[in-house]
Amino acid sequence: MPDPSAEVLLDLYRRMVRIRLFEEVGGRVAEDGRMPTVLHLYIGQEAVAAGVCANLRPDDQITSTHRGHGHFIAKGGQYRPMFSELFGRANGACKGKGGSMHISDIDLGILGANGIVGGGIPIAVGAAFSNKYRGSDAVSVSFFGDGATNEGSFHEAANMAALWKLPCVLVCENNFYGEWTPQHLHQAIEYIADRAAGYGMPGVVVDGMDAVAVWSATQEAVRRARAGEGPTLLECRTYRYFDHVGMKGLRIAYRSQEEVDSWKARDPIQALEARLVEAGALSAEEAAAFKAETLAEIDEAIAFAEASPFPDPAELLTDVYTEATS
Amino acid sequence: MTTITEIQTREISYLSAISEAITQCMREDDDVFLVGEDVRLGSVFHVYNDLLAEFGERRIVDSPISEAGLMGLGVGAAATGTRPVVDIMFMDFMGIALDQLVNQAAKMKYMFGGKARLPLTVMTMAGAGGSIAAQHSQSLEAWLCHVPGLKVVMPSGPYEAKGLVRSAIREDNPVVVVCNKWSLGIMGPVPEASYDIPLGQAHVVREGSDVSVVALGRMVHEAMAAATILAAEGIDIEILDPRTLSPLDVETLATSVRKTGRGLVVHEAVRFGGIGGEIAAAIQEEAFDWLEAPIMRIGAPFSPVPFSPSLEKAYVPNADTIVQTVRHLHARRV
Repeated sequence: MPDPSAEVLLDLYRRMVRIRLFEEVGGRVAEDGRMPTVLHLYIGQEAVAAGVCANLRPDDQITSTHRGHGHFIAKGGQYRPMFSELFGRANGACKGKGGSMHISDIDLGILGANGIVGGGIPIAVGAAFSNKYRGSDAVSVSFFGDGATNEGSFHEAANMAALWKLPCVLVCENNFYGEWTPQHLHQAIEYIADRAAGYGMPGVVVDGMDAVAVWSATQEAVRRARAGEGPTLLECRTYRYFDHVGMKGLRIAYRSQEEVDSWKARDPIQALEARLVEAGALSAEEAAAFKAETLAEIDEAIAFAEASPFPDPAELLTDVYTEATS
Repeated sequence: MTTITEIQTREISYLSAISEAITQCMREDDDVFLVGEDVRLGSVFHVYNDLLAEFGERRIVDSPISEAGLMGLGVGAAATGTRPVVDIMFMDFMGIALDQLVNQAAKMKYMFGGKARLPLTVMTMAGAGGSIAAQHSQSLEAWLCHVPGLKVVMPSGPYEAKGLVRSAIREDNPVVVVCNKWSLGIMGPVPEASYDIPLGQAHVVREGSDVSVVALGRMVHEAMAAATILAAEGIDIEILDPRTLSPLDVETLATSVRKTGRGLVVHEAVRFGGIGGEIAAAIQEEAFDWLEAPIMRIGAPFSPVPFSPSLEKAYVPNADTIVQTVRHLHARRV
């Protein structure tokens, strides 16, 4: 696999920074009580969303999880509809009807974050079936966590995807905790990628703290899928810096500060920034300027969202059904 | 202009009517495909016997025994430009698939702010009566009617089966078609050409003046048998087939009860918590001032479906239970 170009590296870097800053600012705003919601923050796992989505076309589809902001941003979602949605406003990505756990934009191929662990996996497999059925070479990607690999939906969907050689990629973000339960207490295996053998598909273990590693592994998985060679299970080993939910979290003692610090020492954004600066592809000033621009865009989007109207109560009953039959 | 006499109709079975509706929809629209367990062989009920020969393996897809995955496949495929027909062989297996139906299919459009379109049809078989016991005989339509975002239809005969299946497939929302496995051999006149039965419209099967009997699915036929017995006694019942349970055509049902002053809802599902309670409540809200008696409900007793024929015979409502309840209702005076 050739090394990615500086252009690819910069793209991965920008996607990750856009996710990180959204989550840092959004997480604080939510914690301040300005949003009617709690957030499942993606901070720490940015390399996975960025590395995977950098390989996708606009017509490729993804399904996401309750920890879905990173996937939404990496697949092309914009800050304004995101913040409006998180603030519950009428001009949100889902008109204020979905919120953080259901943020979606089907026009961008985002078939939804999902409040049900493992809920998106069969849907992604269905999208892959549909792509193949319609003669499209689009692929679908399902993001899910280590916890989801114990759900029946994962096993059923993985089996079908491999059986029919469907054009999809199953991306397990193993952050080592299903909510607060550590992996060794929820499954007997160490490598989730090993499960791929049981379905007859390749399973690949990837350093999920390295956006370039994720990008490379996904490039091959997407190539396979598009070529009709079937699905791949990518296990991206990564880490959630914050609690299962929220910044302050629920103050459940379930992991050590040493463990958290050891993962933060391998921060994917810092690592890629250092690599770019060393290669001369990015200066420290340019990095700072990009972050400042991004923060300004976030602040503007928050102001836009907070100034936007809430949905009218009459909206309660719209969008339950499609009215016209095609 | 075509008149009803010019339309070619002939007697076909409920089973053939389902098959014909799917066949015609598949001929018209390449986006329609069928996926389910053993559907290439026609399924255990032989409903899909001729489909593989005409449409091939691309469009008639055998699924592993994985109802959750199968339903999810339908959801993802429906959301991305196809029109899947998902077969859940027995309605009892719906529980395995319920997250994908209830939490995903039913809510996707709403949660996505209206952007999704879910033309998903779910075919399934309900009904007790053949000693296949508690896990292959249930009528669980009330579960599904409780979920906003789903539509639920229950064909009573061949004409309804063909028209409702077609409407379900052409609908841009998830629709569950609850067929009755013991009705598959029922014969009736069905037009050869395709036609829709609009969802959400009840049908007056028999006009009458004394008691309105709202009968679901197979119970329409039991009510017709009861009508003959009751007519000999001078009791003239009106029989209504809701055809669609969600959305429910309350107005047609309430109009009938306002005329007769008496209402009875009959279904094969367990009476407690059954959709009959909702139907009765909805009617009484619209017809209270006309009522001569409480709206009654007939349903199965509060037990799992039994195995032994003697037990099962006592379990499933029939013409006799309808006759007895109607006599009681008819005799009541305010």
